[in-house]
Amino acid sequence: MSEVTYLEAISQAIREEMRRDEAVFLLGEDVGSYGGAFKVSAGFLQEFGPERVIDTPMSEAAIIGSAVGAALMGMRPIAEMQFIDFIASGFDQIINMASKMYWRAGMPVPMVIRGPSGGGTKGGPFHSASPEAWFFHTPGIKVVVPATTYDAKGLLKAAIRDNNPVLYLEHKLLYRMPELREELPEEDYIVPLGKAIIRREGEDMTILTYGAMVHQSLRAAQALEEEDDLEVEVLDLRSLTPLDHEAILESVKRTNKVLIVHEDTLTGGIGAELAAILAEDLFEYLDGPITRVAAPDAPFPYAPPLEAAYLPDEEEILTAARKLAAY
Amino acid sequence: MGLGREREGWLQIYYYMRLTRTMEDRTRTLFLQGRIVGGVYTAQGHEATTVGAAMMLGEGDFIVPQHRDLGMHLVRGSSPRAVMCQWLARGNSPTLGRDGQLHIGDIHHGIVPSISMLGESLPVACGIGLTMKMRQRSTIVLASLGDGAANTGPFHEALNFASVQKLPIVFLIENNGYAYSTPNKTEFAIENLSDRAQAYGIPGEAVDGNDVLAVTEAVERAVEHARSGKGPALIECKTFRVRGHSEADKADYVPKDLLAEWLKKDPIQRFEEYLSEKGILTAEEKARIEEKVRDVVDDAVRFAEQSPAADAETVADYVFAPDGPIAIIGEPGADDPHYVNALDTRTGKPFTTVSGAQAIAQGRGLPASSPGRGGHSLTPEEVGRR
Repeated sequence: MSEVTYLEAISQAIREEMRRDEAVFLLGEDVGSYGGAFKVSAGFLQEFGPERVIDTPMSEAAIIGSAVGAALMGMRPIAEMQFIDFIASGFDQIINMASKMYWRAGMPVPMVIRGPSGGGTKGGPFHSASPEAWFFHTPGIKVVVPATTYDAKGLLKAAIRDNNPVLYLEHKLLYRMPELREELPEEDYIVPLGKAIIRREGEDMTILTYGAMVHQSLRAAQALEEEDDLEVEVLDLRSLTPLDHEAILESVKRTNKVLIVHEDTLTGGIGAELAAILAEDLFEYLDGPITRVAAPDAPFPYAPPLEAAYLPDEEEILTAARKLAAY
Repeated sequence: MGLGREREGWLQIYYYMRLTRTMEDRTRTLFLQGRIVGGVYTAQGHEATTVGAAMMLGEGDFIVPQHRDLGMHLVRGSSPRAVMCQWLARGNSPTLGRDGQLHIGDIHHGIVPSISMLGESLPVACGIGLTMKMRQRSTIVLASLGDGAANTGPFHEALNFASVQKLPIVFLIENNGYAYSTPNKTEFAIENLSDRAQAYGIPGEAVDGNDVLAVTEAVERAVEHARSGKGPALIECKTFRVRGHSEADKADYVPKDLLAEWLKKDPIQRFEEYLSEKGILTAEEKARIEEKVRDVVDDAVRFAEQSPAADAETVADYVFAPDGPIAIIGEPGADDPHYVNALDTRTGKPFTTVSGAQAIAQGRGLPASSPGRGGHSLTPEEVGRR
């Protein structure tokens, strides 16, 4: 056994599911002979053939719509968006077709839409999206945001086996990050959808976060322990829909202070809903204002100083956490 | 495929055209009486296209219909009761009151439910076709759209993808002259929408959509093409929307002489004249068919009106499908109830879009409505007798 990257974990999950279940197939732009823009599906065409690894035209509505049709037929398609930003071109298929199908017709649509999301890679306004809030707001679609290599594999397997449309947002900054290399279990495993995990325990404050911001938050928590003697709990949500209310409430009941950190923009983001849940359910437990650290309400910029200023980072988290701790 | 254009086939087509027209007339009445609360979209004048095209399909074939395709639905087995429950927003409608119109379907019987975003069903049809190809079936998909949807991105994406992948799909454009109030000349700058087939390297053909003989011939050719593995085909049926976009639309933007011209080309009247000339449709048979059509429609309306209202307590239910195994539709054992997609898991019962029709057929001695599943079992004698 050797250590694998976050990207290799994604690749393993798809390959193993395709071997396990003939209903699983992959379609998207450049996924076949090129092996995908990030090489997630390198070698798949050779192993599974062109009928299960389908190179498509540059047609997101056709990619996602075909996945819906195949899923209605009982297949388990995985539709790749080359960059998750491009999902906007297939929006209607998700919002009006896939997400309402079971609710209105009783017919399950077991499909995964996945693709590289997130910033920090100098991708600019069209290759850095964190689109989770659009879909978080849409009933009928699950949203998954893996932060670790183990989760990348386990959550993707669970998503493929789920009987609903699942949006799987892999963070491309994590794809080949050396410190995320991990040895994975040899046996088949899944990480169930809807289960958050405590990445670091603490009693003074809870940071609610997901995706790449888990790692920024953990670094900040480490610094807060060393420099401020604060014990900060970091809860990685892992799934946004379904959301693990229980884990969120349990943690904040203990710590009584909550900092929400996400890479997506502030207004109407996941943090807004988390704040509302906490205000409604744990009002009397809170010893400080629910605080959010998020990107500013502006499109994602390209130039390095702009990108650095835009993305939430350890410093911003530290500043917000210290203010909250002192409250 | 289909009936071969034989006597019994023609009578069956005539029956479904009359049933379609009569159901829509009744639906309009219900709307005017305020018993249907939402929008009502009908397709008077489309019957030769919708019924004729669907009659060319066989067992295992799929339809991906749109909002004016009641004729297609009825031919392929959608139950008049289910349709009426849907219009009247009953709690036992196929959508359990969650959606209206003809947005119903049953994947086990090859009917894909449509949505209001016209054109968006065409990529879904590609997914059905892709599955047929992957599973090495000889079945095909009939996917319809209007002239309006022919100008959407998904139309072009779907035709292109279907062509590249050689998917077994017949795309059927029902060009009825208007997209709501927008006439063809404002929609596109070409003579025939079927010419767009050339852009995708597939056969395209335009036919008189009010002539059921022409429709069946063209669709039969396209179906054979798709079934033989050569890929998709495009048919444009030129017809006319002789009523408004919806029943709330007076359509006063349609020139009166143009409307009058098309009303003279009524597809049912034309077909009736043809059948009478050929001695296929006698006055007596016609009267019997009319009686049966009335029976079916009366039964559907009565059934829907006696059905329960949608249950407000369920308003937040059924957003997600449960866990469990999923069957590949159309393969042996796919209706085994241990599969999550075998039954309607919202109710734990069979899907009702089609099964209601079966109940009617069994209970009231009416025709098996899908030639695809039941074979073309309705003989002219049966049409007359029942």
